[in-house]
Order: sequence, then C-alpha cells, then structure tokens
Amino acid sequence: MNPTQFNWNLITDLRVMWQVPIMRQAFEAGTIVAIMAGVVGYFVILRRSAFASHALGHVGFSGAAGAVLFGINPVYGLLAFTMGGGTGMALLGRRAATRDIEIGTVLAFMLGLGLIFLSLYHGYATEAYSILFGDIEGVSVAGVVLTLEAAIVVLVVLALLYRPLLFSSLDEDVAEAKGLPLLALNLAFMLLLAVAISFAVQVVGVLLIFALTVTPAATAVRLTKRPLYAMVASVAIGVFSIWAGLFIAWYQNYPPSFFIVTISFALYVAVRGGGALTARFTRRAVPSPSAEPTAGPESA
Amino acid sequence: MIDSATRTDVEFPGGPAIRADHVEVGYRRKVVWHDATFEIGRGEFVAVIGPNGAGKTTLFRLLLGLQRPSAGSLEVFGSAPRRGNPRIGYVPQRHTIDNETHVAADALVRLGASGARWGPGIHVRAHREASERALEAVGASELGSKSLGSMSGGELQRVFLAEAIASQPEMLLLDEPLSNLDLRRTRELVELVHGLVVSRHVTTLLVAHDINPLIECLDKVVYIANGNVATGPPEKVLTSASLSELYGVPVEVLHDSRGNIVIVGGENPHERGPP
Repeated sequence: MNPTQFNWNLITDLRVMWQVPIMRQAFEAGTIVAIMAGVVGYFVILRRSAFASHALGHVGFSGAAGAVLFGINPVYGLLAFTMGGGTGMALLGRRAATRDIEIGTVLAFMLGLGLIFLSLYHGYATEAYSILFGDIEGVSVAGVVLTLEAAIVVLVVLALLYRPLLFSSLDEDVAEAKGLPLLALNLAFMLLLAVAISFAVQVVGVLLIFALTVTPAATAVRLTKRPLYAMVASVAIGVFSIWAGLFIAWYQNYPPSFFIVTISFALYVAVRGGGALTARFTRRAVPSPSAEPTAGPESA
Repeated sequence: MIDSATRTDVEFPGGPAIRADHVEVGYRRKVVWHDATFEIGRGEFVAVIGPNGAGKTTLFRLLLGLQRPSAGSLEVFGSAPRRGNPRIGYVPQRHTIDNETHVAADALVRLGASGARWGPGIHVRAHREASERALEAVGASELGSKSLGSMSGGELQRVFLAEAIASQPEMLLLDEPLSNLDLRRTRELVELVHGLVVSRHVTTLLVAHDINPLIECLDKVVYIANGNVATGPPEKVLTSASLSELYGVPVEVLHDSRGNIVIVGGENPHERGPP
C-alpha cells in the first residue's frame, strides 16, 4: 500500500490512512459489514447454522462469477444467488436434524453453475481471486452506500423478528406450539443471512466468510450469556478485527483479509483458552455440589 | 345428549378443561388410537401412561392444535384446539438446547412470557418480572443467570417448567419431564408440579413412563395402549381387568408392600415399573 511511517499515536496513524479515499471506504464498508455480520452471526451460532453460512458464501461465488460474466456489479449476482440459495435451503430443510443434507444439495447444484460461468468467462483470474479472498480496498463510495442501506434493512428486520427468532432458535417445539410460523421465520433468517454474507464477501471473500459471520459471535457467546450483550460483543470483535487488520495491512504489504481472519481467530482462541483456565480454576475453588451429569443434546 | 351435557356441568363447574368424544387420530392411513371418550376437569392432575409409540405425545399435539383428529370431536376449555392457545403451557420432550447453548436461563423463561410477540421488546419490565416470578414459583430463582448449557437435567426441567408457566397458563402439558432424573429429583419435580396444580388450579397432563412416583397425587390416568385409550381414577384404570381389555391380552397389575404398582404382561417390558 502507501507505506508511511508508523507512529505510536494510533489516532494520527488512522487520520493519515483516512486521507486516502480507498482506505476510508475500506474502513467504512468493513465497519458496516462487521456490525451486520456480528448481529446475524449471533443467530447463526444459536441456530447451529454455520454450515448454511459457509454454503451461502460458496453459492455467492457462483452468483458473483455469473455477474462478472454478464458485466453486472458482482454484488447483485451475490445477492441474487445467496437469496435464491437461502430460500431453497429454508424451504427444503425445515427440520434441524436433516437441514445439512438439503443445504449440501443446494450448494452442490449452485456451485456447478459457478463452474459453467467460470468456463465461459476468459481472463477470469483477478475477479475470481477477489471474490474468493475479498477485496476490501476495492469498495467504491457507491458500494459503501449500498452496504449501509443493506445493513439498515437487515438490522430493522432483525429488530422486528428479534423475540420470535430467538424463541424459535432456542426452543423450536414450544415456539411452534405458541403459534409462531417456523418456516417463515427460518426463511426470513436465511434471507437476512444471505444479505449479510453477500456484503461480507466484499471484505473477506467467499473462503474466509466464517471469520466475520461465525467467529466473532462464537467468541461472544463465551463472554456473556445475555443475548443482547453477546450481539454487542460480537459486533465489537468483528469491528476490532477489521480495523486492526486494515491497520496492519497499511504497513505490511499483505492482503488485509489475512490479518482480519487471523485477528478474529486469535481472539477466539484466547477466549476459549481463557474460558478453559477459568473453568479449571473455579472447579478447584468450589467443589461441585452434585455429581449429576449435565444434559447432553436431546437427552430426553 | 342433553343428559350428558347437564351431567358434565354438574360435575365440572365452568365446563371441563378437556372433552374428547370418540376421538380417533392417525398419520395417513395408520390409526394411532381410536374411540377415545373422556373428560378432564379443571385443576386435575393427570398422568398419561402407555408404551413407547402408543401415541401419548400425539394426544398433546392434538390439544396444542398441531394436529387434527381424524374422527370425533375434541374441545379444550369449550372450544376446538388451536395452535398458539395462550391458555396452554407446554414442555416438549425434546429441546434444541444442549451444552453448547451459552444463554442465560431467564432469557428463555422470558421468551415463555413474550417470545411470540413481534418487535425487540428488550426492556419490558412486565416480562422481566413475569420471568422472575416463574423462576421463583419453581424454586429456581438462583438459576436465572446460569447458562442453559451448564445445567443438569433436573435444573433444566425446572427452567422449562418456569418457561411454560411464565405466561400464566390454565393448562400444562408436560412430555416426559421425569425421564433422565434420578429418584430423588423425580420426587422433587413431582412435588413441584403437584404444588403448582394445587396452588394455581392449573389442569396438568404429564406423560410418564412410570406411574409410581406420581400415583399419590394423581386425579386421573389416561392409559394409551394398543390403539385404545382408557381414562379414569388410577384405582379404576390400573386394574388387571381394565388393562387386559385395553391391551387385548391378559395383563396383571401387582402391588408391592409399599403400594408400588407393577404391570406384567403388557407389550413393553419398560412399562413394568421400577426395578
């Protein structure tokens, strides 16, 4: 990038970076995406939808490849394919027990489309690379505005669905008995996830999508048991990873995606490690009052 | 017709909680059970007993409006069952919660009170208080801030019960809440549920494998086996003659010195009571 002298006054450093429009847009788009993906990511963790998020990213690759082939903005291709794929996955995979199979079948089919687009388009390498690994420094002003609009829609819809979605994620059968439309809620969630992923792909790419949609939330749920605080923590971790990643990439001439995913992963490992240490410490300090085992999955 | 209606009103002031009239239920062509005619009064504590796959959970699905009877008529508080009936609290047998669920218990209990409402509703005081009251009622106030994933089976059952009563229902449907609990915790939970039945006058149906921990506080038994349903007070239903008729094969009901019941000759060896 533009190597300037590193200064321990980090605010001065940021000001210098933000004088470069590309960097300012990268920080803006990255922050918006981290907020959107961090909140949606909490529900990904709660609903055990990590595979869906992975699959939607890959489906998005086919969409972006198709858009490039037809000369359209890749974001529209991403949105069309992730939302189409998400709809298919939601309608086919109603029950959590078999959901992964339906997701996999949709994924395989849509990746096949990506392959045909790839073979039709010549001179593809650069575009494919940026879709696979992200190109945060390639986000235009219009791209930032579109990302912001998408994020506002996603957050407003999530606020409206908050309690029913939380309920159906935590206790599906009771939520159904209470009259909540499980299929519609799952569909709505998959569409929100599709939008969040389409924009996150710009930042870290298809292959590294986990670092923004899953890792921050997975870290956050180990820090707090309160859903709202966990979402805030997830957003904070995502924003920090992106800012720190962009910051380091300014001085080190390597792709920002690499630093973003590394920081996000390092935080996860640190929290898991810290959690294991705390558990050992408290177990030693307070002897367990009963030897009753904790309930495993579907222990009934 | 008029006769039976009059009799019912005398027997159950305000009408029965559940009225089943020749109800038949099935999936596609297979009939699960048929010709079930019974009434459950308000505030009664009822055990639903029977072998695996006899259709005990199916009865709950009917009452919750998740499935329709294929014949006959069923009424809950005087009207046809409907999904989302706020007068019913439900604890299913299976839950999506496992030890990776890092969510505080009171968040789940609060959803029991307000989870079916749209909008964020994060700081609604009434819902927080409803959750606190429900946890208190099941003696689990101290569990409110504990993570669901770190709870024992007994603790989880109390939290699920709190979730179910948070909306102040008039009927509780509890599906196998006693499975996976040791004897002491089984007794504790039965006492807890019975206490709720008495203090809140809440009609409660509890699916169980073993009748013995419940028998002292029960008003009625719904025994489902071999496609048939028998309902009545435990001493009438749990007899050799009644169960033989139900199963269609000779069945013997034995009593031990402490009043425990052992059922011999039923289809399923798990139904023979405690070892």
